[in-house]
Amino acid sequence: MRIGVVTFPGSLDDGDAARAARIAGADVVRLWHGDPDLHGVDAVVLPGGFSYGDYLRCGAIARFAPAMESIIDAARGGLPVLGICNGFQILCEAHLLPGALTRNQHLHFRNRDQWLRVEGTNTAWSNAFTAGQEVLIPVKNGEGCYVADERTLDALEAEGRVVARYIRGNPNGSQRDIAAITNEAGNVVGIMPHPEHAVEALTGPSLDGLGFFTSVLRALAGASAGANAGGHQ
Amino acid sequence: MARVVVDVMLKPEILDPQGQAVANALPRLGVDNVSSVRIGRRIEIEFAGAPDLDRAREIADKLLANPVIEDFTINVHEDAAAEVA
Repeated sequence: MRIGVVTFPGSLDDGDAARAARIAGADVVRLWHGDPDLHGVDAVVLPGGFSYGDYLRCGAIARFAPAMESIIDAARGGLPVLGICNGFQILCEAHLLPGALTRNQHLHFRNRDQWLRVEGTNTAWSNAFTAGQEVLIPVKNGEGCYVADERTLDALEAEGRVVARYIRGNPNGSQRDIAAITNEAGNVVGIMPHPEHAVEALTGPSLDGLGFFTSVLRALAGASAGANAGGHQ
Repeated sequence: MARVVVDVMLKPEILDPQGQAVANALPRLGVDNVSSVRIGRRIEIEFAGAPDLDRAREIADKLLANPVIEDFTINVHEDAAAEVA
């Protein structure tokens, strides 16, 4: 399985995301923001950082990168896409996910290990978890406060599209403690904390982040098994 | 030269922590009669020819403002020098 990791000018965590995908067992393809060719990848990770210097709004300019135009089309067609931190902001700016990420309520940059409760496990990126599982993953953001109107928030909850919530303290004031959400189809997930920083004992607080990457490999293996079975009928 | 000015503001229902921080600092200046401060962004666009308001609106809607959290207004300023005065 080939997972593409996009590098924008100002991406910081593309290397870690690529490493995490590799540790999970994927072949990693590095994608460049200026190249609309997705090189046949089976899934895409939009990494954390400060694409285009966070100018205007976080993710606002990255959303118009040539690579993003292709990714937006492919995501609408079912391509699994995970946006981490700045990647989550880009997915919201691209309207692949509802709502927006705004300045942390207390205005401080927060950098700490954060407990989350995984709730929606029916997505391409969270199926390796059990619903209600608590995981420890680093969070580091200045603009991670998730906001959406009440109707959107209610719909996210009713449809089981809240993938993870902050527990034992909300680091940024996100509404309803939302840390990660998915689209209606479950192939696009945005998460503010950094699972790619929790994949090795040497550098991470846990190995809990690996589950997001093994999830997509499972989802892709299931999809291709289904496609093969279909082909033999 | 005519320029198009786009003002972008957070929607009223969206919390503006920057504005709150400024409001909270005002008592240190001896100001005690301000009830609210909200911070927005002003963008000046100069077109090569005549100002194109439809284009400006498209730019504002697609890029300059995020309609999920922000509103914008568009105005044409005919004389940039007059503004400074």
